Amino acid sequence: MKDHNAPYTSTTNACKLCKPLGACLAFRGIEGAIPFLHGSQGCATYMRRYIISHFREPMDIASSSLGEKQAVYGGGPNLKQGLKNVQSKYGARLIGVATTCLTETIGDDVPLLVREFRREMAGGNGHEDLPALVTVSTPSFSGTHMEGFQAAIKSVVEQMAAGGPATEAVNLLPGFVSPADIRYLKEVLADFDLTGIILPDISETLDGPAQDDYEKIPAGGTPLKDIRAMGRARATIELGRTLFPQETAGRFLENRFGVPWRPLGVPIGLRETDRFFQVLEELAGCATPPRHDLERGRLLDAMVDGHKYVFGKKAVVYGEEDLVVGLTAFLSEIGVRPVLCASGGHSGNFGEAIAAVTQDLLAEPPLVREGMDFYEIAEEVEALAPDLLIGHSKGYHLARKWGAPLIRVGFPIHDRFGGQRILHLGYRGAQSILDRIINAILEKKQQDSPVGYGYL
Amino acid sequence: MEPVIFEERQTQIHRKGTQPFDLACNKDSLAGAVSQRACVFCGSRVVLYPIADALHLVHGPIGCAAYTWDIRGALSSGPELHRLSFSTDLQERDVIFGGEKKLYRALMELIERHSPKAAFVYSTCIVGLIGDDLEGVCKKVSKKKGIPVLPVQSEGFKGNKRAGYHAACQAMFRLVGAGDTTGISKKSLNILGDFNLAGEIWIIREYFKRMGIEVVANITGDGRVDDLRRAHGAALNVVQCSGATMDLALMMEEVYGIPHLRVSYFGVEGMAESLYSVARFFDDPEMMARTRELVREELAELYPRLQEFRRALTGKKAAIYVGGAFKAFSLVKAFRLLGMEVVLVGSQTGTPADYQELHDITDEGTIIVDDSNPLELSSFLKEKDVDIFVGGVKERPIAYKLGVGFCDHNHERKEALEGFVGMLNFAQEVYNTVMSPVWQFVPRKVRKAA
Repeated sequence: MKDHNAPYTSTTNACKLCKPLGACLAFRGIEGAIPFLHGSQGCATYMRRYIISHFREPMDIASSSLGEKQAVYGGGPNLKQGLKNVQSKYGARLIGVATTCLTETIGDDVPLLVREFRREMAGGNGHEDLPALVTVSTPSFSGTHMEGFQAAIKSVVEQMAAGGPATEAVNLLPGFVSPADIRYLKEVLADFDLTGIILPDISETLDGPAQDDYEKIPAGGTPLKDIRAMGRARATIELGRTLFPQETAGRFLENRFGVPWRPLGVPIGLRETDRFFQVLEELAGCATPPRHDLERGRLLDAMVDGHKYVFGKKAVVYGEEDLVVGLTAFLSEIGVRPVLCASGGHSGNFGEAIAAVTQDLLAEPPLVREGMDFYEIAEEVEALAPDLLIGHSKGYHLARKWGAPLIRVGFPIHDRFGGQRILHLGYRGAQSILDRIINAILEKKQQDSPVGYGYL
Repeated sequence: MEPVIFEERQTQIHRKGTQPFDLACNKDSLAGAVSQRACVFCGSRVVLYPIADALHLVHGPIGCAAYTWDIRGALSSGPELHRLSFSTDLQERDVIFGGEKKLYRALMELIERHSPKAAFVYSTCIVGLIGDDLEGVCKKVSKKKGIPVLPVQSEGFKGNKRAGYHAACQAMFRLVGAGDTTGISKKSLNILGDFNLAGEIWIIREYFKRMGIEVVANITGDGRVDDLRRAHGAALNVVQCSGATMDLALMMEEVYGIPHLRVSYFGVEGMAESLYSVARFFDDPEMMARTRELVREELAELYPRLQEFRRALTGKKAAIYVGGAFKAFSLVKAFRLLGMEVVLVGSQTGTPADYQELHDITDEGTIIVDDSNPLELSSFLKEKDVDIFVGGVKERPIAYKLGVGFCDHNHERKEALEGFVGMLNFAQEVYNTVMSPVWQFVPRKVRKAA
């Protein structure tokens, strides 16, 4: 086994993406927004391709398209021209400007440039049409796409939310989950009769209907007026245990506007979902609506029906830290033994979060590793001999080599259809993941069996 | 809302027949226009990627390596080192203090681990800014490890994809000339500009074999370092995808006196003419006879089957937007063979000569466009009411959202589209998308029917 005091210098087959990609995804979940990368053209194009291949939806990311001259003399003029062009052609109502390693290294002061741009535009005509401009610093050489995602959300809230008379709304910051997950959260809030402000909301923008016309900016996303009202909400539910110790958007809303902050784990599996519903019950002042109670009941029933298929199976879980935490929680609840929890992320809080959600359930805690790549995961897999892998498509090579089934979750799903519609959250999401895990195990059993049982 | 075409981009769009042809191209992309273009690094990575026994180390933050991990359909008949994604994953402290030491250690570690025949080290945006001495580190490692370690000067911001092609060619050219060329036939060639997507280069090699020609080096599909090193022993370079590897052909011509021919393996005309031109080059009547026989055999099998597709597809309208204009020529001809009409054709990085040729081979009214973007492309698709759009991953959702068929003609594709059999595959793919029943339900068609 590899000595973690002397990690490899090189990275092979990374289990993470770069920071600006996360920011682009977050901005895409805001009404009328266009993500804008201040950097060279390639970044935007690569990320578009990567994101499109998962969601199978248009993903326009504008770029300031810096060349050699701008890298030397500064990217300000290109940034301003680009903002103007996006405003005029896309009719953007919000432009989310994220930096890249190029512009961070040459030291462009983007907030200053944007302030200048605002002033210059105000001098001309039509300044009342100026879109909201949000800036976020996302140098790719520090942190992963998840830090980029969270940084963008925090910037949006810091730069747009305002105080004022209290409203009945509840802020919900779900993190990077699927469009199907967001649709589910909306349904739950509605069933509790709660007015929710979900930021970001990619439920339609990254999983939209067929269109008669190409929408310059896809419909949907968190309404701008709602974002502005986030400082007046009753509470903020923020999902993601590894975020807790950090300065987050939710914490900011509490400190700045006194909106009570309710940090929670991503509601994956039974106990994390129970905690989520408990908070909703408190906020709504009513019991969980019967249909969700029923879903919980059916999940429990299925956990019982299926417990022997999965008991003692060893699983390797990899991907974004908070997703892995949630999945590990659920696996522990159904009797699967998580043997390795791996992430390319480096929050420093991963181990603690895993320990918290597996408490009282595991005889032996899993290996928890931050900053892993697939070369290192493969090395661990050799030693751990897992029965299944759970994570995104990029673990396919490993699963194939190792001969264990891969349960595809999260992002990216580049080798299957419907990644944007995978439901992870809530009792319903757990039910669907449970079905998939058990069926993968049964399929493997059937495949490996010389008998060919047709009745399992 | 304003019209979708930027004032600054008017000169990069032409409608054939409306005015004298003078298309602007080779310009920097307009900021904020959501160009479909990539960067210098992308150009280099595309060209060198299929060299399967070399180590490809991306020196930079993680994104550039992560987004190019095993995304291309470039197959190898042996080693598959090219399918792994290696990065120095530069961190903040490396940006401040320099990344040379990390690069050195990463190279040493990876070469020990994988024993590659050579290593390519790609420079990314910030490496160009922090001033790492790539050349120096590569030299040092090369000396220690006894294999060529080649810097690729592919800083993303230093131009577009074409600059990246050039950097890749320069890196490869350093390999050429180092190998032993004894025993290479006089009737031999190198295949340049084929990337063995879905095994295409194997189809082409088989044709050359039937003609009696030895292929010395695949550049770069199913490529090998040792083949590149003895590539200067070949009598001829055949160059497809002129943008990507033409520079290498020109360097080899200048230094080793190896002539080159431009060829295309897409479409029946292009494929047949390419084989004939190679046979003409070797000036060997027997080879020419074998080539005629080959083409005859292939066409005898292909044509009857193509006719079936043609019957169904005649009169359908196609739009093309691809990376290099070269591919567009063949596509225009291929669609014509299927009885289809090309109403839009464009590329990310075409040259004036490319666009002139496109202008010459297209029909009146065809829109010709350079460095387009989603807003323009979607408005053209609608205006021309097309049945199929040919492009890459970034073009696909534009077509699908509007309810238009699509054919992937990019490096991610998993269908062989080259050679005579490739034309059949292409026809089949066009047929599969154009004739799908789903279009009758999409909003665009429902509205038209109403």
